[in-house]
Amino acid sequence: MGSFLKRRFIKRQAVVTAFIFTLLLFVPILSHLIASAPDTINASAAFAAEKKEAVESPAAKKEEKSKVEYPPAPKLKEKDYPRIKSMNSRISVWILAQIHLFFAAFVLAVPIFVLVIEGVGKATGDERYDHMAHEFIKVSMTAFSLTATSGGILVFMLIAFYPDFMKYLASVFGSVMIIYAMLFLAESIFLYIYYYGWDNMRYGFRKWVHLTLGLMLNVSGMTIMVLGNSLATFMMAPSGVDASGVFTGHVWEAIRGPLWNALNLHRFIANIAYGGSVVGAYAAYKFLSAKSKEERAHYDWMGYTANIIAISALLPLPFAGYWLTAEIYAYSQTMGITLMGGAFAWLFITQAVLIGALFLSANYYLWCGMERIKGSERYTKYVKYIAAVIVICFLVWFTPHSLIKTPIEEKAIGTHHSLLGPLGLMPAKNSAVNIMILFTFLSFTLYKRSSKITTAAWAKSGVAAEIAIFAVGIVNIIALGIYSYMVTSNIKVGMSVPQVFTTLSIIIAISIIESRMFKNAKSTGDIEWGKMPARSQYALLLLAVSFTWLMGLMGYVRSAIRQHWHVNSIMRDSSPDAFTPTIGYAANVVSISTILFMLLVIFVFWLAQFAAKKQEA
Amino acid sequence: MKITSLSLGALGALVVYIALRLSKGFALASIADVYILFMIAALLIYIPAGDKGKKGSLLVLGTLIFFILLELVRPLIPRSLLNVYNFFILVTVLLYFTSKDEGARDLMAPIKATLVGSENRTFRTALFAVVPLFAALITFNIVRPSYEAPGDTRSIHPAPPSSVNVFNKSYNLLTLKNPLRDDAANYAKYVKEGGEVYFKNCFYCHGDKLDGKGHYYHGVNPKPLPFMGTDTIAQLSESFVFWRVATGGPGLPKEGAPWLSAMPIWEHFLTEEEVWKVSMFIYDYSGNKPRTF
Repeated sequence: MGSFLKRRFIKRQAVVTAFIFTLLLFVPILSHLIASAPDTINASAAFAAEKKEAVESPAAKKEEKSKVEYPPAPKLKEKDYPRIKSMNSRISVWILAQIHLFFAAFVLAVPIFVLVIEGVGKATGDERYDHMAHEFIKVSMTAFSLTATSGGILVFMLIAFYPDFMKYLASVFGSVMIIYAMLFLAESIFLYIYYYGWDNMRYGFRKWVHLTLGLMLNVSGMTIMVLGNSLATFMMAPSGVDASGVFTGHVWEAIRGPLWNALNLHRFIANIAYGGSVVGAYAAYKFLSAKSKEERAHYDWMGYTANIIAISALLPLPFAGYWLTAEIYAYSQTMGITLMGGAFAWLFITQAVLIGALFLSANYYLWCGMERIKGSERYTKYVKYIAAVIVICFLVWFTPHSLIKTPIEEKAIGTHHSLLGPLGLMPAKNSAVNIMILFTFLSFTLYKRSSKITTAAWAKSGVAAEIAIFAVGIVNIIALGIYSYMVTSNIKVGMSVPQVFTTLSIIIAISIIESRMFKNAKSTGDIEWGKMPARSQYALLLLAVSFTWLMGLMGYVRSAIRQHWHVNSIMRDSSPDAFTPTIGYAANVVSISTILFMLLVIFVFWLAQFAAKKQEA
Repeated sequence: MKITSLSLGALGALVVYIALRLSKGFALASIADVYILFMIAALLIYIPAGDKGKKGSLLVLGTLIFFILLELVRPLIPRSLLNVYNFFILVTVLLYFTSKDEGARDLMAPIKATLVGSENRTFRTALFAVVPLFAALITFNIVRPSYEAPGDTRSIHPAPPSSVNVFNKSYNLLTLKNPLRDDAANYAKYVKEGGEVYFKNCFYCHGDKLDGKGHYYHGVNPKPLPFMGTDTIAQLSESFVFWRVATGGPGLPKEGAPWLSAMPIWEHFLTEEEVWKVSMFIYDYSGNKPRTF
């Protein structure tokens, strides 16, 4: 009987594996569809052929059908844009696109780590993980419909305000748009079965089916994201078209523009960090409104996990950002300088301030968390040194290259500050952010250690090795940073790679030593979940708000870098409301988007709580 | 009331900080002075608390040590940046002190005692009168019209256009290279000739050491750009330098406002070849290489 069951189980596993791979075939099939789609689905072909239809013979028409002609990008004038009452087209589309992207990032990210947490629950057999994953996905359900709604309104607005632009975009990306919409349907189906089938598919074989559904949900979600990104990067750095915007007919060429993969990676990582921060805010909200000790303990643990997810994704994010910026610079010097040294440079300083605030609040949450662990006193004495290093790195991180000076200060300083000027360059910033990441990792390591006492005989040597790795690594990062000033710009940009490699090596090496050293460690007592001060929860809320603001700000910069172009250097934006806003104006619009989104998020949180309550008879 | 050595230290640090601010034309007219107000209010609460106010005094002392060190940096740090530095130093010190329950309690207890304690009514009334008045004075001074020119937000390296029309030709700045660099055999000759062009035309402003401190340094605003170091021309491609030299101050784009640069339009005085040669000279002399990425 036992062997029969075992065989049956193996058979089931084989079926599930085959099922997963069959579903994964979707991706190449879709890629193939996209690549071959221009011949079958293309709006531009329709309107190009339309003009000739009346004068040409059936034979010529047949020939014409096989040889598609694509129109150049239209040269629009102000009168070509419909005016709708007194609505400002630019601001309306800007705010709506931003809110749609906030929700989209959230609902794409949550299933990623929900699947991982569910998998951890399955592997460890600890049901708490399963409950938490279920609660995480519950939060994203309302957000999913808000994503779809805001996306729908956005599309209608784009068609109403920019019909010719949308027509041109459809002539290149028509096939992608249709597949995008179909994938959204697939994502909805996977999501609803995944969520509503959670309790029905909790154990045994059904759990595998459930995990597979989660995987498919992520596959469809990720494909939607990369397809959406292709439109955004095409507008920034068009490919697959000639200088006048005539489509070559190969949609794959239009998709894989020079910025596409860099943006894909950056958004993928940023979405996870963002999703983690928003569910962290949910946990904080529930923690602060909790009535019982058990509830506080549960939401404390949930907030802690969400914070770890957000921070784990935040750590590699600056590197993905560097890659994207380097690609932008390589694509166009004008764009690169406008971004980093010209009109948008001050928005990067604001970005640096917000990223620093993220690091500070994440570290603060960990420091406060040590209070709930007996035995943490051994490590809290180091917090002041960590705080000092992080704030010094933070100050270097946001020091601008061009300073705002009064005339008196200008006289005393000159055009460039001899001390702060070099701190405004990337070598200093790269060094600072790497050290900031390492000290945040140190905070996390000390937090993890707090509840354990190692029993390993080689513990002293292990700690010595860790200190040596950490110290040598930091010296290496600083030395590489200083050396970067002595080499040409080309090598200087490349120097960030060994710095990142050093940081990752330190994190991996110390994580391995820690896991071995604390394998059979003695516990100092249980972690007292729920024993967290309220102020720590505000750090979690700050994390979500800062992330939202940051995304809005940098999203604006990425998009606005095209300035007066719908499609950079190919299709000019001549709409009546088109202009490049001043920094203050842009910051105000981004702040309004952030406030609107946070209000909707509060609604989502409230709804999750509201739905859980039963009316008493 | 027991005055501890820590609170005396904090008070001393505050006096030093105010003295430093006074030496820089301190006039209760900057956001920076709100920090002084914050410190005075904190000390008014923590010093009378004696031993219970030790944490608070330590917070003030720790923050002020950072503030004082930054005030001592030379060349001075512009006030606009110093304000942000100070803000985040204060926030980090506060976060550190409140990361432990004990620390948060020690900081809050004297504040609570001052604000709601029954024995502190007179002091509280005085505090509530003096602090807002002080804040009102700072606000008044900040918004009062002054003759001082506003801060300079000029973009020193504005983005170049994708193409430029100079020397009766159109140049694509995205692909433009210095044609003389391909002639490696004559590199030293071009650099030498570029040096001659430089010392006949450019050194009056940019200086004989290429440090931006020529004869006219004191007479122009904005100041001439230094070429030495790694944070000016080392960051730029040679096509950018060509564009800036050829079109000068009047050729600055919109984002280069307010276009006060005294740089002449050199295409009126130099040939195309001379511009490339002088570019080779300044890169060579400063030990930099043009950016190619």
